[in-house]
Amino acid sequence: MAFWIASSPHNHNQAETSSLMRLVIYALFPGIFAQWYFFGWGNLIHISLAVATALFCEFLVLSLRTKHGNQGTAKQAINKQLFDGSAILTAVLIGISLPAIAPWWITVIGAAFAIVVVKQLYGGLGHNPFNPAMAAYVMLLISFPVQMTSWQPPLALLSVDLSLSNTLNTIFTGFTSEGYSVEQLRASVDGYTMATPLDTLKTDASLGLTVYESMEKQVFGEHFSLGWEWLNAAFLLGGLFLIVKKAIAWQTPVSFLASLLICTFIAYSISPDSSASTMFHWLSGGCMLGAFFILTDPVTGATSVKGRLIMGALAGFFVYIIRDFGGYPDGVAFSVLLCNMAAPLIDQYTRPRTYGHKASTPKSSSKQEEAK
Amino acid sequence: MTNNNELVSTPESNSEAGIESSTEHSAENNAALQLEKKMALKKEYKELAIQGLWKNNPGLVQLLGLCPLLAVTATVTNALGLGLATLLVLVCSNATVSAIRHWVPKEIRIPIFVLIIAAFVTCVQLLMNAYTFGIYQSLGIFLPLIVTNCAIIGRAEAYASKNPIKQASFDGLMMGIGFALVLIVLGAIREILGQGTLFDGANLLLGDWASVLRIEVYQLDSQFLLAILPPGAFIAMGFIIALKNAIDANIKQRQPKITEQAIERVRVNFES
Repeated sequence: MAFWIASSPHNHNQAETSSLMRLVIYALFPGIFAQWYFFGWGNLIHISLAVATALFCEFLVLSLRTKHGNQGTAKQAINKQLFDGSAILTAVLIGISLPAIAPWWITVIGAAFAIVVVKQLYGGLGHNPFNPAMAAYVMLLISFPVQMTSWQPPLALLSVDLSLSNTLNTIFTGFTSEGYSVEQLRASVDGYTMATPLDTLKTDASLGLTVYESMEKQVFGEHFSLGWEWLNAAFLLGGLFLIVKKAIAWQTPVSFLASLLICTFIAYSISPDSSASTMFHWLSGGCMLGAFFILTDPVTGATSVKGRLIMGALAGFFVYIIRDFGGYPDGVAFSVLLCNMAAPLIDQYTRPRTYGHKASTPKSSSKQEEAK
Repeated sequence: MTNNNELVSTPESNSEAGIESSTEHSAENNAALQLEKKMALKKEYKELAIQGLWKNNPGLVQLLGLCPLLAVTATVTNALGLGLATLLVLVCSNATVSAIRHWVPKEIRIPIFVLIIAAFVTCVQLLMNAYTFGIYQSLGIFLPLIVTNCAIIGRAEAYASKNPIKQASFDGLMMGIGFALVLIVLGAIREILGQGTLFDGANLLLGDWASVLRIEVYQLDSQFLLAILPPGAFIAMGFIIALKNAIDANIKQRQPKITEQAIERVRVNFES
């Protein structure tokens, strides 16, 4: 009888990739529902478009890669990888993060770029250095600034009734069935184009308005930002569900939100006229989605406990810097990519101590490397 | 990616030694030797062409001069302009470096090469300023920056400073064409993806008649900015290099089959 010798951890939870991905997708449902409730059918259409494109691209690349070898096993391998849920999750995240009435080709280009270039060209699931959904989002934002910033205000503020067929028409032709263009849809009753709360705040600050004066506008609603606050709350709910289920580590989102709290609190105490409150920062834009669903990506994030804390804090700091001083209204996607870049370095310096070894100094850790 | 910067090893000029010893031989022998030398020279030229255009392409394999390669290839016209300028500088500098190679002290050869290259770049820059002002303006700083293009000083150091003028200029020509072709392909990809056109603004480089060259491949409502911005150049460059490697792998895969066939040739003996 031979002893099976393996390094720790010895206790496996036997979870498969697909079940984890499925859990994350389920956790996104409250957010998607809130998005549907406040912004209409647009994002659901984008999600389905993105999923179809992503699966098609994934199939294309996988069949290219497993061209040689046994037909039957190759088919099985492709099927297993195709439906492991990672491509679907990426597509769902892209669909959620796009403006609801963006044209259809935005989604198609974004999903194809995420799967082919960001994920599969680097070697597929587990090898991509950047989060595919956010890399695709940034690519779209840089390439098509007009379409990617044409956010539609919440349904309650729209003067046009945006039904399912109307939304479909808008996404595929650029006009509603009554002939309203996207620009007209975004216009409020008095003719001004409405933007997202973050965008409005940024524009108003450049016009010399204080935050209080800006907050009077109707896109902010009664509390922080109409629609967006509930959207973020729903994502927070889904995120908490994931933490309870132990699908994601609590360190990243907690340190991200704490870091954002500290940054915005300092700014708010120094000049409340030019900086929004912490609650506004927490509950607007893609804050909660980024904190619980994007930064916690096990592939592109830091892996050690300390590393996760550092990465979350760094991301929160970047989000604050970009939102308050940068050129773009929301900075979640950019800060996620920057942190993805930093993750290997953070991991390098936060290696946990191996059981039975002394706390690592650079010299001893290099000796351990040699011993391996 | 592994670094493929192995520069072409200088072909040994042992044919010169061969000539000296051949004086004793008969005229017939001499003629044969000359023929051999001619063949060797031909082979060397062929090798230089293959190295410059494909095997050791400055853009795709050596990955030298990436700064202009990525910065100005947003349109075919810009790429062509910079490619031609680089080609001219490369040929002239290779010829000059080769011509003075016996009188350049080894210790200070690099500054001398740089001075020579800078002189030719200044000439090219002034010429473009005079005759193709539009393209001169759109190339901007990247025209004088040809001085720092490592592909040029690399050829001067690795080949031209060790070989006769003819071969050195031919090497410069081939390397320059190889570089220009990569620029043009990259420019074409980026222009089609970014603006949906080809040869947009060719009249800036080639004169007014060239405005008819402009091809509208497809109509875009909004530009695909990524293709026009530098990140798009990096991504497109990666795809071109991958394509080149795929072609090389394909050629390599086919190679052994041919030799196998040669071995399997049946020898037939006729007894009668």
